Amino acid sequence: MTRIAVAALTVCALIGISTYAAFYVAPTEQTMGLVQRIFYLHAPCGMTALFAFFVSFIGCIGYLLKRESKWDWLAVASAETGMAFCTVVLLTGPIWAHPAWGVWWAWDARLTSTLVLWLLYISYLVLRNMVEDPNRRAQICAFYGIFAFLDVPLVYGSIWWWRTQHPQPVVFTSGGLDPTMRKVFYLSWFALMCLMALLICQRYQLEKTREEVEVLKREVENA
Amino acid sequence: MNLLANTSALLGKELRTEFRSRELLTTTIVFVLLVVVLFSFTFDPSATESRRFGPGLLWLAFLFAASLMLQSCFLREQNNDTLGALRLAVADPFAIFLAKLSANTLFLFLTELLMIPVFTVLYNVPLLAVLPQLALVLFLGSFGLAVTGTALSAVSAQARMRELMLPLLLLPLLTPLLIASTEATAALFDVKPALRWDWVAILAAFDVVFLTAVWLFGEYLLEE
Amino acid sequence: MVSLKAHGTGIRLENIEKRYGSIYALKQVSLEIASGECVALAGRNGSGKTTLLRIAAGLVKPTSGRVELLDAQGAHGPRNGTRAAAGFVGHATMLYEELTAEENLRLFARLLAVPDANIRIARLLREVGLEERRGSQVRTFSRGMRQRLAIARALLREPGLLLLDEPATGLDPSGTQWLAGQLRGLRDAGCTIVMSLHGESALSELAGRAVRLERGKVAADTREGADLSAILAFSDAR
Repeated sequence: MTRIAVAALTVCALIGISTYAAFYVAPTEQTMGLVQRIFYLHAPCGMTALFAFFVSFIGCIGYLLKRESKWDWLAVASAETGMAFCTVVLLTGPIWAHPAWGVWWAWDARLTSTLVLWLLYISYLVLRNMVEDPNRRAQICAFYGIFAFLDVPLVYGSIWWWRTQHPQPVVFTSGGLDPTMRKVFYLSWFALMCLMALLICQRYQLEKTREEVEVLKREVENA
Repeated sequence: MNLLANTSALLGKELRTEFRSRELLTTTIVFVLLVVVLFSFTFDPSATESRRFGPGLLWLAFLFAASLMLQSCFLREQNNDTLGALRLAVADPFAIFLAKLSANTLFLFLTELLMIPVFTVLYNVPLLAVLPQLALVLFLGSFGLAVTGTALSAVSAQARMRELMLPLLLLPLLTPLLIASTEATAALFDVKPALRWDWVAILAAFDVVFLTAVWLFGEYLLEE
Repeated sequence: MVSLKAHGTGIRLENIEKRYGSIYALKQVSLEIASGECVALAGRNGSGKTTLLRIAAGLVKPTSGRVELLDAQGAHGPRNGTRAAAGFVGHATMLYEELTAEENLRLFARLLAVPDANIRIARLLREVGLEERRGSQVRTFSRGMRQRLAIARALLREPGLLLLDEPATGLDPSGTQWLAGQLRGLRDAGCTIVMSLHGESALSELAGRAVRLERGKVAADTREGADLSAILAFSDAR
């Protein structure tokens, strides 16, 4: 219990520091101004979500190969965590897009890909609710989880290719990031990755407890 | 060799049952025909507009038709537990998938080919000159639809709300296929038609990736 | 009925457990059936008979435990060379309604790589009395005819072990008599038979041993000294 509390406090502190850095340490971007600071939340969240889905993919493959529930717990824990980060990306995207480009949604390649990803993993989570037997569920959801993650590079590739065919607003006036901006960006990413790890661990524990309760219930019934 | 022998035996069964009842083919063809006809009422397109919107319309119709048609693919095998009999008789369960997805590719491809003359007549877009290239795009597209749709129909057959689950699982997965096939078809519908190899490559990649995935993991879907 | 070139195949189940979610279908079932034995499985609905037979056939993977078939090749899993080694007749007919009787048998004969399939199929159709209806689609068949065809399908490969889940389902008394005659012939030729039965019938007389399952456990076994007719009668009075 205390270990979790310490971990949670550390993550909170990290998030606090990175938020402070995003607002007060990083220099204000010249063309976009204050609103550009949402970038320190938006972009690292996207990368973190992708990483969480990758962990879920590992869980799915692990389950099919080993048939142990813990892999299924890992798959669902990280898929749900990834969904949370994905949602943040989709909410912060328009907040940034509106002042920058004058529209809420510009069918920008990365944001559109994230939306498709979000839809894919919603389907995965809906499927989990549609199967009663835990073994069955773990098995067919592992299969769909693998399909979903294999689709990720195809989604990114095709949408990127699709967008380059059409006129597209410019996100960065190229020339790379200012060094301080870069440091703040990596700090935020690190903080969010820690948050992701914490959330996955907690969700994993919850799933584990759920199974233990089932086992206890069964023992009571059989006694 | 064993895999091929089993697959051809099973493919024979799939084709024989379908051509005996013709249930899937007729309903799918009528469905796509309805969508194509009804679409023209919604914005009365000129020939130029048809060239722009036609490909998207056709592929969306194919996607929805596939997600309706493929629902029964594994459900049918559950009625008399024939899936159990197949699993007992077949050495490699991939043969079951391979036979079903080949049959489904054929059914979808036939439907799509039939729609081309209909589309040409109704929307005044001449397509005869690009028919071979169009057939290639249609084939790669229907193969991708059949691979993912067949595998996921084995998934949805085991879930509640089966009828809704297949489109829900299938459609987001098909985004890359929809984009690639629509863009490739649009390039062929153009006044100066061209076969866009980049989009054909994405279609082929989609097909290969998911066929491999079914080959590696498909058997887990059939276990009890 | 049909000459058996294969000798009987015994089966050994060790500590079989099968769980569906939090519900146990089978709990610590150990059972050894020797080659050539004819065993009746009795028990109420939901006692685990069907699951046990499906596990023995290799259709269902047990949650834990081991299944071994014992034949001339020694001990091996229920899926020898990845094809199931036993003949299986389930609750469902396992037949395609849109195919004719002959097409059904031919499909499975091709999948199982049955040698001299045409001769074998013609012979089986004659044995089960469906020779005249060989060209009719299964959907036109009565329940009894389907059951006969299902039995023919299970015998395609001359199995050394035959697993039957309530094989008398859908058969009228004369059909049951016919089935009993067929199974007697197979038993006498050395084929191992395991069948689940619901109450006493013409089939019970064939059994040399009876096992009663209760809530997924072996509750009585004539090999452990239980009374054969008592076990068979029990499920009747459920």
